[in-house]
Amino acid sequence: MLDLKPDFGGFFKDETFVGDFTFANSPSAVRRFPFPFDRDQYMYSVNIEPHVPTRPGSVLEHAFDIDEHYVSEMRDRARVLARDPLRCQSLPHMELAGWDLVELIMESLSRDYPQWFTLERSGNDWHWVNKPLGIDQRFTFLDPSTLPYGPMEYITRQMQGDFTLQDERDGNLWVDAGMVTTQADWSLDFDIGMNFFEWHAPVPLAHEKGIFDRALKFLLKLQHGAPVRRFNWTMTVNPLLDTAPETYPEWGPSKTTLTQANLGAKQHLRVELQSLFRLPRSNAIAFSIRAYLGSFQDLVTVPKWGRRLHRVVRDLHPDLAAYKGFLRNRDAMVEWLSKYDDGAPTSPGIWPED
Amino acid sequence: MSFPPSIKSRPVYGVLSPRPGQAHLIIADGEGAGAVADLFASGPGIAERAHVLYTPGPNGTDDWAVIAGLGAAQAQRAASVPTLLFRLARVLLDAKAGTQCYLAGSEGLIGQAERDLMAQGVPHQDIQKEHRGSTVRRVQCVHCKGVTENVRTDPFQCSHCGLHLFVRDHYSRRLAAFQGVCIDAEEPGNIPPPVEKFA
Repeated sequence: MLDLKPDFGGFFKDETFVGDFTFANSPSAVRRFPFPFDRDQYMYSVNIEPHVPTRPGSVLEHAFDIDEHYVSEMRDRARVLARDPLRCQSLPHMELAGWDLVELIMESLSRDYPQWFTLERSGNDWHWVNKPLGIDQRFTFLDPSTLPYGPMEYITRQMQGDFTLQDERDGNLWVDAGMVTTQADWSLDFDIGMNFFEWHAPVPLAHEKGIFDRALKFLLKLQHGAPVRRFNWTMTVNPLLDTAPETYPEWGPSKTTLTQANLGAKQHLRVELQSLFRLPRSNAIAFSIRAYLGSFQDLVTVPKWGRRLHRVVRDLHPDLAAYKGFLRNRDAMVEWLSKYDDGAPTSPGIWPED
Repeated sequence: MSFPPSIKSRPVYGVLSPRPGQAHLIIADGEGAGAVADLFASGPGIAERAHVLYTPGPNGTDDWAVIAGLGAAQAQRAASVPTLLFRLARVLLDAKAGTQCYLAGSEGLIGQAERDLMAQGVPHQDIQKEHRGSTVRRVQCVHCKGVTENVRTDPFQCSHCGLHLFVRDHYSRRLAAFQGVCIDAEEPGNIPPPVEKFA
């Protein structure tokens, strides 16, 4: 067992993503929220760019963003996994890719956050310290008997965001492993083993636009050391990270609880910072799907975002609103957001101050 | 029959055609017997190297007499899909490289046989599949993970947990099942009347 001994220190928040929902973004977390819309309307595109560090203080400063919600998110992941271990699965041929992921994450975190994470390597004898979670682990790299879980599960129990590992065969990518507890309503247990087109099959409009053909061609050329990223988004009522199809009967009713009085606090824009890394030994691709939740009332404190969110939600293709699960509440959202849109023009790009 | 265009994970089927092979492993149910007969007719060398496993279809169609009359080197009639799959597991223990695999009949039988062949390392692209007969579906409840066989209506009630599920076209080869999702999750009790969609 991974025995979490969390140390919240002065930075990490002690909060919940279920039940009493004490999750909240601090003012600085709101300012660094990855607002995903670079213009006043939204349609699918192959919006992939190099995942290079940029904008110190932003979610793009490092390969993996560790923020104030880290410790509580890891506690929430442990809760979800205790209830449903099927949320983490790895087909037998994916173990080497799991080790690749261990290396990628441990190297990145110890380089970018030395105050919290350290990694000492002597050949295959590794010593990993995760201070916020109270973990001090010596293990032998590539020897699964020296870790309390398989390599992918071990490291992703210590990483915000979901991960999937894609095997490459037959000119396609196959989602053959994953840790999925903060998903926008898709089931790893159902989709594991599918190819790129199959696991995206339920997405409307994008296949017809050739989005997935182009995206797959692009990803098959992904090179080690040159990761890429894109944003995706949806809507979530309450700051519930684990919007899983498995538990839909539990959280589905929350969609009928919105009023103009509570919408600003309960309705959250859910943004995924998705990054993809070619792994060196397995030739697999690691897909990091990092979810950020921002309440409407926090987002509209940035005037540009308030105006733009109103226009995007108002004008979104109804098939996309239905697929993203908020067609029922779209009119109420538009009504609430309209108070924050004075019709003024907005500047290009996602950043609040530009 | 062919199915209307759908999403990319929904299986599509072809017409069985003979390919050269050391052996021919043929698995069919119900009206799939007709596809097997057509296969034998178009591939005169198949019979002497053929092993056929057959079971009646979910609609009760039992064309075992058709199979029995084909002159296959080996042919067995199983009482049900699960008993057919036990026999298949034994056959696969001795299957040689270069064995051609052909599946015909209902989607549930084809999917489960494909799943078991894949588990033995046969790439799914190398398995020929022809749909004939019943269109009832094998559906996994995404909530309790239970599989309900021979689903005829949408929505239907999960035979394991009792939730009312709508039937998606999203399909998992690994599970050999379509996906069923709670239809009244957002408004518990608001369940539309079931419609006969699969027969």
